[in-house]
Amino acid sequence: MTYFPDEVVEHIFDFLVSHRDRNAVSTVCKAWYQVERLSRRSVFVGNCYSVLPERVMTRFPGMKCLIVKGKPHFADFNLVPHDWGGFALPWIEAAAHGCPGLEELRLKRMVVSDESLELLARSFPDLKALVLISCEGFSTDGLAAIATHCRSLRELDLQENEVEDYGRQWLSCFPDSCTTLVSLNFSCLKGEVNAGALERLVARCPSLRGLKLNRAVSVESLTRILDRAPQLVELGTGSLTVDHHSEAYRRMINTFHKCKLLRNLSGFWDVDPRCLQSVYPVCPNLTVLNLSYAPSIQGADQVKLIRHCFKLQKLWVLDCIGDKGLAVVASTCKQLQELRVFPSDIYGTGTAAVTEEGLVAVSSGCSKMNSLLYFCHQMTNAALITVAKNCPRFIRFRLCILDPGKPDPITNQPLDEGFGAIVQSCKDLRRLSLSGLLTDKVFLYIGEYAARLEMLSIAFAGDSDKGMIYVLNGCKNLRKLEIRDSPFGDAALLENVGKYETMRSLWMSSCDVTLGGCKALAAKMPRLNVEVINEGDESDEMEENPSDAHKVEKMYVYRTLAGPRNEAPDFVWTL
Amino acid sequence: MEDVKGSDGLGDTELRLGLPGTSTATRSAKRALPEGDEESHDELRRTSAAKAQVVGWPPIRSYRKNSFPGRKVEAEAAAGLYVKVSMDGAPYLRKIDLGVYKGYKELREGLDNMFKCFSLAELSRREGGSGSEYAITYEDKDGDLMLVGDVPWEMFISSCKRLRIMKGSEARGLNSRH
Repeated sequence: MTYFPDEVVEHIFDFLVSHRDRNAVSTVCKAWYQVERLSRRSVFVGNCYSVLPERVMTRFPGMKCLIVKGKPHFADFNLVPHDWGGFALPWIEAAAHGCPGLEELRLKRMVVSDESLELLARSFPDLKALVLISCEGFSTDGLAAIATHCRSLRELDLQENEVEDYGRQWLSCFPDSCTTLVSLNFSCLKGEVNAGALERLVARCPSLRGLKLNRAVSVESLTRILDRAPQLVELGTGSLTVDHHSEAYRRMINTFHKCKLLRNLSGFWDVDPRCLQSVYPVCPNLTVLNLSYAPSIQGADQVKLIRHCFKLQKLWVLDCIGDKGLAVVASTCKQLQELRVFPSDIYGTGTAAVTEEGLVAVSSGCSKMNSLLYFCHQMTNAALITVAKNCPRFIRFRLCILDPGKPDPITNQPLDEGFGAIVQSCKDLRRLSLSGLLTDKVFLYIGEYAARLEMLSIAFAGDSDKGMIYVLNGCKNLRKLEIRDSPFGDAALLENVGKYETMRSLWMSSCDVTLGGCKALAAKMPRLNVEVINEGDESDEMEENPSDAHKVEKMYVYRTLAGPRNEAPDFVWTL
Repeated sequence: MEDVKGSDGLGDTELRLGLPGTSTATRSAKRALPEGDEESHDELRRTSAAKAQVVGWPPIRSYRKNSFPGRKVEAEAAAGLYVKVSMDGAPYLRKIDLGVYKGYKELREGLDNMFKCFSLAELSRREGGSGSEYAITYEDKDGDLMLVGDVPWEMFISSCKRLRIMKGSEARGLNSRH
């Protein structure tokens, strides 16, 4: 290859799409490293603290797309203290300095301040896409800055962020000259946007393909928008409350009839079930349907809707669909690949909504299933074994039995065999979340069979250190391991310390790991950051000279080139 | 510190995972009877309420939880009446929101369910005691260790900083500390 000029090598590298492949070729030799780094356009940083932003900018001066992830996954469930970190500003500052030609920025689980957004808006004249997922720290002021200054913006995608609404008419800040929007998602915002400004914006952006409105957008406004943009492929409705006898409702139905290109439908905030018929015309073409934010739709109405959706590939619903409803999904949606069933009644009376029966039904009807997130009240080994046989193509399998540590209700046994069947059958499994009563045995199976597993989430499971050791010694592709409330201690933590350098991160909370164990790990592995997170209050004994025998409440370990964080808050100790 | 209330009869000095004034007899009788639908429904509801207080469980993003109207959402630790609960001999430290319980009875049931489901009844059995030789104590604003149940509920939740479930033998010594 050294006989080929750089341009040829670069051209060959152009065919390498994945980050991993490009990372791999860059390690072959210095020449390839140089060619690769100068031609790299998209950079993915899975842990914002694994490397300094400046270093990334220096290495990849031609970078056009930057993707960064911040907080550990369990931050989604309030297990990570609010001000732990994950700030976007250093990344934006470094990029402004080193890669001003940046066109796309995608951030997940990061703290993004208005100041960062303002800097972003002013520093990157070519910015085409901004995607923020599960972020926080910004307000509509920051969005106003983006709308005002980003002249080339094509995509603004805000997914499930916590955004402060200061009532600033941020949407009205898009100038009249902005005609290039392709995708706009502001569904997570709580406040109102100026309806007229929104409709005019839609009207002047003929390339608009995706639009996800927030709850505050009325049916009348939605109808006017769809009239101007019948070419939409993705739509997130606003509030669908309308009198189904009214003229407004009739107009809405007519409008939906015109949306021949619609493939992805979500929203359904505050929907009156009687209005669901209005979307029946688009159902036969839908490939993605998200009803998971519509608790007002009873199972029967969900089913009536889904009966029309025979091309569905991705379905997100609430568990009020029931096992019977899932049976309808099984018989109707033969192309289904991804199913997510969320609990509709978290704190309530525990009326069993979906059980193992629903899952078995879907698995028999939908053999193409490869991704599952299923919240249920119970699960049996027999069901899991059947599911494993029916659907060997699972890539993601996340099961959450709502009652922690619950056994198979029929046999009273742990669910080791059931999950064992899943890992044995699904050879391409990359992500697994466990629940229910589980002993060390399930980890023996996972270590033995889950060769492609990259991410494992464990809660209230296992009997001893052996469980965790099976996983660390077995799963050779493991990248992220997160564990809570399980009896794994120092012996497990220290069994295979080299493993952690092959992984992105390890999270352990409410386990048996001690401060001494963490210190030992930090001493052995200088290229890991071993963070002990203490949310102590004044009465906490930890504050005054904790002994090494003291159990740590939360620990986060990750490989890094950047050394210990210099901006970590007081309650985070990097050992 | 004053004597524990109701320490007249021998029965009341028996230390168990229960508050003074309740009796084990009633509890076990309840368990022995075949449970009618209503009772198991109530039990299920209480169980759900107790389990719902485990931080971060079920694993649903706050964004999703907050989007359901009128639901009790899991507040940030600072906003709720969150206190840590430790149990002697257990590796787990829990956090609960006192604000969701209506009184001592619900609190006791909540704690009972919480720690039982983490096999701590096992632990206590191994250590030679029966599953119920524990007392619930709490640390108040002044840092004093008190037995739970002495003061009116409202006063309790405003002064309780931390809960500790300790072995009966240790709790007996509480009186002599103050």
